[in-house]
Amino acid sequence: MNELSRRKFLKGGLAGGAMVSLLGKSSKSEAAPSFGGYPDSMGVLVDLTRCVGCRSCEAACNKEQGLPAPDLPFDDMSVLEEKRRTSEGAYTVVNKYEIPGKDHPLYRKMQCNHCNEPACLTSCFVNAYRKTPEGAVMYDPTVCVGCRTCMIACPFYVPAYSYSSVLNPVIKKCIFCYETRLKFGRPPACVEACPKEVLTFGKRTNLLKIAHDRIRNYPDKYVDQVYGEKEVGGTAWMYLSSAPFEEVGFDTHLGNDPIINYVKEFLTVVPMVLTIWPALFAGFHLLATRKDVQNKENSAGK
Amino acid sequence: MDHIPKLTMRIILAMVLAFGTAQISSAMDGPDAVELNALAELYGPVNFDHTMHTDIAGDCAVCHHHTTGTPPQDPRCAKCHAKSGPADEVACQSCHAAKRFEAEYLNKLAADNTIYHVDRLGLKAAYHQRCMGCHEESGAPNGCQDCHTRNDAGDKVFHAGQYAPPPSAHKAKEGH
Repeated sequence: MNELSRRKFLKGGLAGGAMVSLLGKSSKSEAAPSFGGYPDSMGVLVDLTRCVGCRSCEAACNKEQGLPAPDLPFDDMSVLEEKRRTSEGAYTVVNKYEIPGKDHPLYRKMQCNHCNEPACLTSCFVNAYRKTPEGAVMYDPTVCVGCRTCMIACPFYVPAYSYSSVLNPVIKKCIFCYETRLKFGRPPACVEACPKEVLTFGKRTNLLKIAHDRIRNYPDKYVDQVYGEKEVGGTAWMYLSSAPFEEVGFDTHLGNDPIINYVKEFLTVVPMVLTIWPALFAGFHLLATRKDVQNKENSAGK
Repeated sequence: MDHIPKLTMRIILAMVLAFGTAQISSAMDGPDAVELNALAELYGPVNFDHTMHTDIAGDCAVCHHHTTGTPPQDPRCAKCHAKSGPADEVACQSCHAAKRFEAEYLNKLAADNTIYHVDRLGLKAAYHQRCMGCHEESGAPNGCQDCHTRNDAGDKVFHAGQYAPPPSAHKAKEGH
């Protein structure tokens, strides 16, 4: 009889633990819905149909951010023959894509897309990143410990690391010209430099209206999609294209959930595991070994 | 007898105001030439031969949309502007803002929800979209420096000319 009641108790304990974990999880996920971005944040609409690959944006970025001299001059178009990525020396790069069946290549400018819910920010365990109400995703090198998780977390492979610096390597990426321009309501240097207004700067909400108006007015010119409107929870930098986005180097399989959503449920369980489990299993252990303790006490009493 | 029509006078005035130093000799359909100097920071001025381009375009509306009084070519524009007549201002800069993305202009757009043309190009883009579109179609020169002579400051920004990196720099940095 004694054995049976203990088993019942253990069963009840497990069921109770499961209940606690379920309740804890559901209340937690209600408390942390998707953020969705600041309402008045700014953005840039990149219209690939307008770009001629002149690299003025790259030159302007280099000057504005005080980046090191490039390997080749910015008017050297031979660099377009290879697919480049953003690096510690170049916060923005333009790549060329030959589109099957079209006379003209398309050019795609890359930089940090300044996500509404940045994966770099949510992955950083020392809070080196912040999203400003103006829309910029900023990085603070003074608290960074150099773990580079953000580089792995970023769905666009944007953050670069200054491996060239021996003593103080830090993350290097586009900061939307926040310190010198965005903070004061001014457009980033690349936007100002672009001769063909490939880059339209404005409130993100207005840019979305403009983007959809362009598609509506010129349905033959554009693919009916604004890349970055929904991808990974929305980005401040968004794109229009005349070719399917996968043909111009975009990852079209990222989904519309912010990257944090993939780990949110798991992460909410972590504190529960750390706080409830030790007490629960310590209790089980004490119950399971109670008989031994009693026997010991009895034998000691004798 | 040397009476100049009011509209033409306005066009000349607008051009002069818009581009600073416009060179005008005779005035049948606007200025003979316009000096475009919006990119003075990095490039020398462009002397735009207005007469020559007027002859090639044939129709003012190709560049000036509905503002010169000719019916617009794009049916989307014609919906409102088919009979809107000549405008008071015809210079590019009168409608295409030089500082398209500065807060002042963006706030102006935001404050008035009756503005239809919220996606109107800024001045620099209006030039380049129009110029480069035609230049490409007609096989005219279309490279940056075919029209713009880059100055010393421009060379510096582009790391070109005397500021070009030494040829050895490229090879030395290969690999990761």
